[in-house]
Amino acid sequence: MASAVMNRGGGHASALRSSLKNIAQFVIVLMTTLLGLAAVTFFIGRVVPIDPVIAIVGDRAPPQVYERVRQELGLDLPLIQQFWIYLKKAVTGDFGNSVLTTNPVLTDIANAFPATLELATLGTLIGVILGIPLGILAAVKRGSFIDQFVRVLGLAGYSIPIFWLGLMGLLVFYAKLGWVAGPGRIDVTYSYLYTPVTNIVLLDTAMQGQWDAFWDAVSHIILPACLLGYFSLAYISRMTRSFMLNELAQEYVIAARVKGLSEMRVIWRHALRNAAVPLVTVIALSYANLLEGSVLTETIFAWPGLGQYITNSLQNADMNAVLGGTLVIGTAFVLLNLVSDLLYRLLDPRTR
Amino acid sequence: MTGAPLPLASESSGMRAWLLSPEPHSRWQARLGRFYLGWRAFSRNPLAVIGLGIVILLILVAIFADVIAPYSPITGGDLRTERLLPPSETYWLGTDDQARDIFSRIVHGSRVTLFIVVLVALIATPIGLLVGTVSGYLGGWVDTVLMRITDIFLAFPRLILALAFVAALGPGIENAIIAIAITSWPPYARIARAETLMIRNSDFIAAVKLQGASTPRIILGHVVPLCLSSLIVRVTLDMAGIILTAAGLGFLGLGAQPPMPEWGAMVATGRNYLIDQWWVAAMPGIAIFVVSLGFNLLGDGLRDVLDPKAAK
Repeated sequence: MASAVMNRGGGHASALRSSLKNIAQFVIVLMTTLLGLAAVTFFIGRVVPIDPVIAIVGDRAPPQVYERVRQELGLDLPLIQQFWIYLKKAVTGDFGNSVLTTNPVLTDIANAFPATLELATLGTLIGVILGIPLGILAAVKRGSFIDQFVRVLGLAGYSIPIFWLGLMGLLVFYAKLGWVAGPGRIDVTYSYLYTPVTNIVLLDTAMQGQWDAFWDAVSHIILPACLLGYFSLAYISRMTRSFMLNELAQEYVIAARVKGLSEMRVIWRHALRNAAVPLVTVIALSYANLLEGSVLTETIFAWPGLGQYITNSLQNADMNAVLGGTLVIGTAFVLLNLVSDLLYRLLDPRTR
Repeated sequence: MTGAPLPLASESSGMRAWLLSPEPHSRWQARLGRFYLGWRAFSRNPLAVIGLGIVILLILVAIFADVIAPYSPITGGDLRTERLLPPSETYWLGTDDQARDIFSRIVHGSRVTLFIVVLVALIATPIGLLVGTVSGYLGGWVDTVLMRITDIFLAFPRLILALAFVAALGPGIENAIIAIAITSWPPYARIARAETLMIRNSDFIAAVKLQGASTPRIILGHVVPLCLSSLIVRVTLDMAGIILTAAGLGFLGLGAQPPMPEWGAMVATGRNYLIDQWWVAAMPGIAIFVVSLGFNLLGDGLRDVLDPKAAK
């Protein structure tokens, strides 16, 4: 970044060179991080106390069979060579087969990912739509009731166990009040009314005009989405408040007020526009965090996403599936962080 | 460090003058004076004091769990008549599916929670501190390599990495602690490195170097102590996250194993009786919430006192 600033006056060629250098740096960082992720999952896979050969041949197999399978799996090779093979396979998306479902892990993940995506996206949307206005209000009316409210909301969001809040939500809104549908994505009665295309139920049902099925899917997703949305809101509103306070203390805000601009215009057009830059990063980060939050949420709501897939595989000692899922979530996490970083540079002219 | 200043603050004004003296006669007096000022700033924040109160309460409950808990946390009562009873005068928070008193289990569970938090802090803080200070002080390729490793661990979502480690090591409370510690140190290393970079070029470090101090001596004796205060803030703020991760692992059946009264695992049991016997799941969850809230409030308060730059 610093070199980019210094190269400012160096004309077109050096600007190009510096941005190329930036891109190269990005790629190197991305590559080493992904390589590290693969190394960690590979290492975890090696320390598992389960013998993969016995898992296949059974513990009564004769030694020749055992040895042959061991060689087929490549377990007799040196560790570094094994890692290389693992890497080559991982790059082509081959994480082996899941013991539990017998499908290739990648197929399972591809099936489960849209469900997680649907939930996390809706959760982030709720967090953004409610969290940003709340944060702005809290900053503008500092010390008021709404400011205290946002503070409490944030503190609670950092302190409540998500799985507990989910259970209590089910208890109150599903079991006692009957406002929402229970666990699962859609009722069985509706599940054959549409053909899964994107595997995102809300999209599929809406595009195929199956509105009954759509509303059923909505009543299923609303509670887990609100749950994730709350945690996203807690984070986003707190950060929005802090960014806005920062901007509102700047001189250009005073200048805008002196010019006689309305308070609304000062806040929404001037301060918010500048606060929006770091906010983009925060939103991307909260989206990445929801991928993590979805593990516990999906378990509670029997949501057939990646989180549930990982926990189910865990309970069945299905290491291929666990490590494949971990690697995929880790990669998504890294990419989201990278996107937020890139967006920041794109939106903030000062970093160019 | 939490209990000491309390009596001092209420002592006579002579004591106060001694503490606030602009010309302390000993290093000890100066230190206590700084401490007193810190405590005064801290105690002006009511939320922080509440947080401190909750944490002290947790420690006291954990110490005196045997005295406080009216029943055994492990063995239950009569399975025919005392199972899944609602909260009453005999069983303050009701009983669970094994006819055990939930209140007694929560009281004993405080020990498990405290055990996890303390051990994770004891394992993760030195690792982070060492990696960060060495990386920041030595710079060069050591810095590059260590920071890349740190970034890789930061790249994983915490719970997922802990899940994968527990999957490899096998479920159990010790493995859960190791897994959480492995996922906790990277942010500490980052903070320690940032602090070290600021300290590294100070005059006093140059002076120590001229006196012939070795690199390990400079790092351990001069850099590490100065990194501690911002690290303590960070670790305290992290405690809530550690508790929530541990509870999450327990909830998934990967942390403490039954019959250990771990709060997350207790919520998991209550899940089966959620609709008709809500208290089985609700009560331990409230305990987790209160304790993490306490650590969050305490951490916020400590940050305002120890690290005024970060507070906004």
